Amino acid sequence: MDPVITLNGLAKTYASGLVALQPIDLSIERGEIFALLGPNGAGKTTLISMVCGIVTPTAGQALIDGHDVVRDYRAARARVGLVPQELATETFETPWASTRYSRGLFGCAPDPAYLERLLRDLSLWNKAHDRIQTLSGGMKRRVMIAKALAHEPAVLFLDEPTAGVDVELRADMWALVRRLRDQGVTIILTTHYIDEAEEMADRIGVIDKGRLVLVEEKARLMKQLGKRQLIVQLTEPLSELPVALAEWKVEFGDDNAQLRYVFDAHREHSGIPELLRRLDELQINYRDLNSSQNSLEEIFVGLVGRRQGEGR
Amino acid sequence: MSAPVAVPAFNRRGVWAIYRFELARFGRTLWTSLITPVITTALYFIVFGAAIGSRMGAVDGVSYGAFIVPGLIMLSLLTESIGNSSFGIYFPRWTGSIYEVLSAPLSPFEIVLAYVGAAATKSVILGLVILFTASFFVDLHIVHPLWMVAFLLLTAVSFCLFGFILGVWASSWEQLQVIPLLIVTPLTFLGGAFYSIDMLPGNWKTIALFNPIVYLISGFRWSFYNTSDVAVGISLAAVLGFLLLCLAIVWWIFRTGYRLKN
Repeated sequence: MDPVITLNGLAKTYASGLVALQPIDLSIERGEIFALLGPNGAGKTTLISMVCGIVTPTAGQALIDGHDVVRDYRAARARVGLVPQELATETFETPWASTRYSRGLFGCAPDPAYLERLLRDLSLWNKAHDRIQTLSGGMKRRVMIAKALAHEPAVLFLDEPTAGVDVELRADMWALVRRLRDQGVTIILTTHYIDEAEEMADRIGVIDKGRLVLVEEKARLMKQLGKRQLIVQLTEPLSELPVALAEWKVEFGDDNAQLRYVFDAHREHSGIPELLRRLDELQINYRDLNSSQNSLEEIFVGLVGRRQGEGR
Repeated sequence: MSAPVAVPAFNRRGVWAIYRFELARFGRTLWTSLITPVITTALYFIVFGAAIGSRMGAVDGVSYGAFIVPGLIMLSLLTESIGNSSFGIYFPRWTGSIYEVLSAPLSPFEIVLAYVGAAATKSVILGLVILFTASFFVDLHIVHPLWMVAFLLLTAVSFCLFGFILGVWASSWEQLQVIPLLIVTPLTFLGGAFYSIDMLPGNWKTIALFNPIVYLISGFRWSFYNTSDVAVGISLAAVLGFLLLCLAIVWWIFRTGYRLKN
């Protein structure tokens, strides 16, 4: 594979002594959508900021296309676009002036045709000459994306792209990210919304308390940790769990009128038919069955929870 | 999309983008940026030059109206240099849009060159406009025009650097105002803009020599009338010294990332 970003032991400790990020090793493949998932304050923004040159790393190395972000910062930064979490635009400027400025900052020759296409792609063209302060929040965010793409970067960092964005805009944003990937841009996004990572990413890195807990392909992550469960709603509560159900490791659910059976979603035999037959034999009547797949959210809560448990 | 591969050793387009962007703001706020100081200066001329000046004798053989011209230009130049430059860097820090400049392939030197260059350009334009305005009120002749321009440029650049430092240091709008208001303005007024320090009583004259602004105004006035409070060489050394001090502090800011990268 051909990594576009390589992090070797990249770490940050602030002057106050706060360890924002433990040494991280990570490779991002060209053309993938990588989601950094973690709760607020986990170190996602610090990680992005170091790769983009906004925060100076205290240890380790970050390479973009083989260029060190500190020593060879010109070549490294020219390949990267950043959309930070906070809306920070030049309020009194127009999207047109602002994107032209961004392109210049990155040392690119003016290309009005490209900028026009970019603003059209982002549905900003009819507002291109309005002051940014008159635009809606969603449009301002798109202006920031246009600015980040103004110099045609190979890698785009999106820090919490849909934080505080309504449902419709969120779907638009996801569509936009896919379109960019189709154009060959590698995308690294941070999010604390599990469904966002689940919806968009090819690979997911879970970051918690400044530590990269795991990096896995989304599909494999779901497979590895994805459990299904069957909830059997009984007509009558049971006084105790029948011994005859032990081989299924059945537990009580919310109360004694609910049985929970957890099984591997990817095993050929779920064991459900046998379990239901056994219930019939035991003359245990049920009125409802509900089977569901663990979401990434449950996996995530499980992971972070386990770490917290270990910490105690 | 493909990444641009050729990255020049000097990002002239980046520098030009910032420079142009900053001057565009100057253009948008032309009224407040230019007309206000001109009106203020005209008022000084009416009050000090015409009303009071007519009752005052010549200073060092120069009529009082003409005598205060270099001081008035310096007064505006210092205030505007600090104001423009500190605002130029503080505003993007305040809105958060500074992230873009920091993540761009620009060296610290290029960033400073662009911001300070733009602010200094505004100040020099302003200084020249005031000079032009003054020519309507008093009979001006400049003995050392090249030195006049040199002092103008050096002072503008030095104080724009100082303003840049202030804009990086300040963490609120109040802090941004406090240094110019509490330190620079009093020092300028006491720096001999309206009088020669020879006119001060004994001890005050000695104290005045500790005021760095005295050297600036004195040197600048020398370029006009060939008369000065202190030797012109000392004035020049003082300006250059201040310039070097500011450069050293700016170098330190970027080396440590002070208030920019943490």
